[in-house]
Amino acid sequence: MAAYALYVLRRSGQFVLVVFVGINIAFFVTHATPIDPITAAIAAATRFSQADPQAVQLTREALRELYGLQGNLWQQYVVFWMRVARADFGPSLSAFPTPVSTLIWRALPWTFGLLSVATLISWGLGNLLGGLAGYYRRNVPLKLVGVVASGLQPIPNYVMAFIVLVLFGYVWPILPITGSSQINLPQGWTLAYFQSVFQHALLPVLSLVLVGTGAWFIGMRALVSNIVTEDYVAYAELGGVDRWRILISYVMRNALLTQVTGLALSLGLIFNGAVITEVVFGYPGLGNLLIRAVYAGDYSLVIGIASTSIIAVAFAALVIDLVLPLLDPRVRVA
Amino acid sequence: MLRILKDLFRYNREFSLGAILILLVVAISLASFLSPYPSGMQYVVPFDAPPSWDHPFGTNSRGQDVFWQLTFAIRNSLLFGTAVALLSRLIAIVVGLTSGYVGGMVDSVLMSINDTFVVFPPFPILVLVYFIFKDHMSWALLAVAMACLGWAYDARLIRSMALSLRTREFTTQSLFSGMSTGQILAEEHLPYVLPIVFATTMNNINWSIGLEVTLSVIGFTNIDTPTIGTMIYWANQHTALVAGVWWWIAFPVGLVIITFVGLYLLSVSMNEYIDPRSRLSGMGGAA
Repeated sequence: MAAYALYVLRRSGQFVLVVFVGINIAFFVTHATPIDPITAAIAAATRFSQADPQAVQLTREALRELYGLQGNLWQQYVVFWMRVARADFGPSLSAFPTPVSTLIWRALPWTFGLLSVATLISWGLGNLLGGLAGYYRRNVPLKLVGVVASGLQPIPNYVMAFIVLVLFGYVWPILPITGSSQINLPQGWTLAYFQSVFQHALLPVLSLVLVGTGAWFIGMRALVSNIVTEDYVAYAELGGVDRWRILISYVMRNALLTQVTGLALSLGLIFNGAVITEVVFGYPGLGNLLIRAVYAGDYSLVIGIASTSIIAVAFAALVIDLVLPLLDPRVRVA
Repeated sequence: MLRILKDLFRYNREFSLGAILILLVVAISLASFLSPYPSGMQYVVPFDAPPSWDHPFGTNSRGQDVFWQLTFAIRNSLLFGTAVALLSRLIAIVVGLTSGYVGGMVDSVLMSINDTFVVFPPFPILVLVYFIFKDHMSWALLAVAMACLGWAYDARLIRSMALSLRTREFTTQSLFSGMSTGQILAEEHLPYVLPIVFATTMNNINWSIGLEVTLSVIGFTNIDTPTIGTMIYWANQHTALVAGVWWWIAFPVGLVIITFVGLYLLSVSMNEYIDPRSRLSGMGGAA
């Protein structure tokens, strides 16, 4: 148990480091540049009109305070961290006076839902099929699945989402292609609402699964075809243990650990894919919010979303890593 | 080197298919030098003409020939991907080799930083960079930003190789004959990790072209430089699909998929070649 405590401590230290470096990058990118966001915002606002110089000056002061750009660089740095720590990035400019944190909290469940459902499906499906393909190496349908999965895997999420969108929204329009539910449907715990949410999630999830399954499939197949040659598997086979039982609890059980670690490592990329897919399907998650914030020139909202993304992904990776020892007796001891 | 390539081409189906696809893509990008129209020029051909003999891939709503536009686009995309891959390989090699060879405290610190970069979601950070730089966003800046985000996974791979290289006898020998750490890493260890670096380069080119396409299509790069992404961006701006100008979208998407699959096949086959065990099982022997 002491070993596990040490592990938790070390892993949490890594989490703190990720957040620290990430927030520093966000600060560095936004502050150590020659471009002044306030001048940019004022230029955008006064582009088509005559502006009173005094009003411009007042706006400048107000924005400086709002964006936390008062004082020297060190003071700004402290203010930046305080905002992150309190999860308070000030009011959003494009949806004034709604606070940025409210907008993010509203979007986060959609991203989380889309990401977790798609990841569970592609991870589960990829591992199951990959395990089978590694165990039954001469099975032709499984070989075919392998070709398709590895052919789809290198396609970036955006392109795949776009293809799925064109196929099911334009060539053969059978599913809704935008939004998270029917617009005129009231949100609530009703069957109709859930049905609508389900329907709207189908295409985004489909495009994520199409791209995401390949990597797990290939990884699991390689792992299993290595483990199958181990002596203990041959022994179990000679001993007449049921083949399914060998595959599930002798072979795949061992390979699973690597795949769970892989899941924690690739969360950043998976998050990336989900966010991009949201943009294509107009799904009301973080990705869409981020894009709209950029179009609207909403400084605090963009910083808020970037910081939240980093913290959220790091936290999810931490959770997976903390669960890992429960699966692997060796990590618990080491 | 040439013989290895010839062998690979003959005996490894993935390699030959990938090589053919990539050669095709490179040929198309080289064709840009023969283009009768300069890349930035608009309204030089009739609008929205479907594919025909004069315009094999049709023309778009901006009065450009889609085929010749595509040659510029794929050239820029490939160059961009290669630039990002080279830059990030440089970081990955330096971090990986140093971390694996020096070990101890340096290793712990470097790998902590490494693991930090592994979990970062690149897209929000790149969008943040675009948001700050806006019109100052250039090709080079984006390449540097992406390279800074794309090295970590492979640095770990290189480190694991360097760890085993350190215990080999020739390392001790070089140390005793008075080579400095830098010399040992550059002259003794680097040649061993280069094949795997080469395989990861293909993956990294894929990754960076994919991200570039994504950012461009939303309009978050310099949209006046023709790349595959900005081509799709302009097609979307002109609602090409609704207007029925499908060739404006279909050909760039098709070509970029060919590129992705080709690079992926090359990387897979190289990985296989590097790992003798899988090479054996590929030849039909007992695995």
